[in-house]
Amino acid sequence: MKVLAAMSGGVDSAVAAARAVDAGHEVVGVHLALSRQPGTLRTGARGCCTIEDSMDAQRAANIIGIPYYVWDFSERFKLDVVDDFIAEYAAGRTPNPCMRCNERIKFAALLEKAVALGFDAVATGHYANIVTDAAGNRELHRASDAAKDQSYVLGVLTTEQLAHSMFPLGTTPSKAEVRAEAAQRGFSVASKPDSHDICFIPDGNTRGWLADKVGAEQGEILDRSGDVIGKHEGALAFTIGQRKGLNVGYPTDDGKPRFVLEIRPKTNEVVVGPREALALGELAGSKFSWAGLDPVASGFITGASDSFDCHVQVRAHSEPVPAVARLVPDAAGVTELVINPAEPIIGVSPGQTAVLYVGTRVLGQCTIARTVSAIPATVQP
Amino acid sequence: MLPAVIDSYTTALGLVGNPSSIHSQGQNAKRMLEEARESVAASVNADSVEVTFTSGGTEAVNLAVKGLFWARQGATPRPRILSTRAEHHATIDALEWLEQHEGAVIDWVPVSSTGRIDLAYLEAALADDVALVTTLWANNEVGTVQPIDAIVALASARGIPVHADAVSAYGYLPIDFHASGLAAMSISAHKIGGPVGIGALVIARSATVTPLVHGGNQQRSRSGTMDAAGSVAFGVAAAHIELDRVQPLRDRLIEGVRAAVPEAILRGDPAGRLPGNAHFTFPGCEGDSLLFLLDVAGFSVSTGSACQAGVPEASHVLLAMGLDEPTARGALRITLGHSTTAAEVDAFVAALPAAVARARTAGYADRETQLGH
Repeated sequence: MKVLAAMSGGVDSAVAAARAVDAGHEVVGVHLALSRQPGTLRTGARGCCTIEDSMDAQRAANIIGIPYYVWDFSERFKLDVVDDFIAEYAAGRTPNPCMRCNERIKFAALLEKAVALGFDAVATGHYANIVTDAAGNRELHRASDAAKDQSYVLGVLTTEQLAHSMFPLGTTPSKAEVRAEAAQRGFSVASKPDSHDICFIPDGNTRGWLADKVGAEQGEILDRSGDVIGKHEGALAFTIGQRKGLNVGYPTDDGKPRFVLEIRPKTNEVVVGPREALALGELAGSKFSWAGLDPVASGFITGASDSFDCHVQVRAHSEPVPAVARLVPDAAGVTELVINPAEPIIGVSPGQTAVLYVGTRVLGQCTIARTVSAIPATVQP
Repeated sequence: MLPAVIDSYTTALGLVGNPSSIHSQGQNAKRMLEEARESVAASVNADSVEVTFTSGGTEAVNLAVKGLFWARQGATPRPRILSTRAEHHATIDALEWLEQHEGAVIDWVPVSSTGRIDLAYLEAALADDVALVTTLWANNEVGTVQPIDAIVALASARGIPVHADAVSAYGYLPIDFHASGLAAMSISAHKIGGPVGIGALVIARSATVTPLVHGGNQQRSRSGTMDAAGSVAFGVAAAHIELDRVQPLRDRLIEGVRAAVPEAILRGDPAGRLPGNAHFTFPGCEGDSLLFLLDVAGFSVSTGSACQAGVPEASHVLLAMGLDEPTARGALRITLGHSTTAAEVDAFVAALPAAVARARTAGYADRETQLGH
């Protein structure tokens, strides 16, 4: 096959590209330029958007012996990932920019361009597996190394996208093995640190970056009954479940610490309450997709309103929780995916993504639009 | 590099001492270096004493632009510099640095849709507070040749020095430094089949250029131990310049591209352009898609100007010529060298339609995507 290896300049994508070559594919390395003003040197935990990273990718491509190009996706990245990130936060939601990048850039803009230019697949350094069933249908599964598994951030991929994706690292038992392989292959990036912050926020200070983009104004902190119990310096500086820095006085009425329960960007209010109030018994949203075959159409779910057992995961590395999910069409004909975890899930914000698993298989994902507390408030806010 | 150049280069590497040393080995190096200087001077009709070797075109341009600017500051301040936004980055970045750090005021002279400098604007902008005028002799991207004689005539009437960046014109157009009336002119060896790492600033006897680098005063306006071997190779390459060999091939290429891809638009001046330069924009195509497809097919072409990370950006030259960004992103520059053959030109023209068709299906990088949800 003709394979385009997306090379960030990190160790994973370099080894993935090399393995694609070893597997007998005709491979071309492409580094995605995502920033309009890339920094010269890598700073902190970022690992893909500086000139140093692009040079690392080029050096790895040289050693593998594959052609290498830089393609500019900075405009789409700004529109689809950075601006979206700002808009979502401004609306009081918590987006996942890496997921958005996979959905709109790596497996959309890049993949489309690759296919148009004659490639069969895009290979990345993600830790996930693609399993083909007897009928030739592709399924997305967790990586063999549970600690590195990145199937969560790939949960947005559709059948069509999976059909052109390749994850050569998915079966690797551990990251240490990938690093050892990189060293053996002579890659200078063998010991390069993993990136784990948001790549477009150079110093890793997400709150400060957002305050800079969206602005921060003083507002009120309310309890669940709506009483003002303090002031804050900008609602966006908070995250659901946050405990520190609330400045609401201590001890509280019941002597228990307070946590952020809700952020209301329109009124610039932050609602706080006890930890129990963070427990959610239901997550739901109408923006969902299936990774692989539509479970309804394929008979996995026998009727539109039938419920099915699965596991739900709400963050890239959180524990999957057993749950029952069902599709509920509303009066307007919009179908909502409703997920009821068997045990309450703590601190989930609207905008976050719930990924559903059956065993190791990723069934699909849903952007959480609505949550229901496991323990109803005494007075609804 | 020509075999004769490589031979002279490697032989010189084995022989030379420090040309500034007084012992006989040093004197021998000095002799070789000065013969090379004479050869380079002769190639542009300048005097040997007017040739200052530099590390390349970029250093020459920086020395000229900054050095002339500083030398022109005296009792009367002359903050203004006249130039165009279609210059090479060596000039643009040096000018912006002078603006930010030295109080220079850059008056950007517009260029036409073919990339030619606006002489009427230039004439009106020339005044006693102008330190210098700096312009490309010929544009390195779109090939347009500037009216150097007219520019110098206008500036000289007010006693204002003119620097020309002749790096891409050198070896392709006849250059007569003395006849040009320029105060300074930048050239580079690698454009004429010499080694990378050596160039020259040709500085008229009448001009004063304040040095960038201070030290042993080995050359006029430049300190630093001279690269004798590089100079020797430069001198040999300068003696081998053959003008007018590529223009018929270039014309064959332009005609071929127009016939094969009728929607392609030739950029730059149709007549007054570098003989080895063809530059097109292809509507609906991204330059980097075309570059990739043609590279795979065995043809080395370029898009606009590549930045340090190798990111294909919309060319600032095309933007200066009034093109919008999407149009500018569909640019392809095809440069013919002295070794390019007619068969290679024909093979390129034959491969182009399929590449353009395919690149068009890939579209622009900023378009809406269809995959996903």
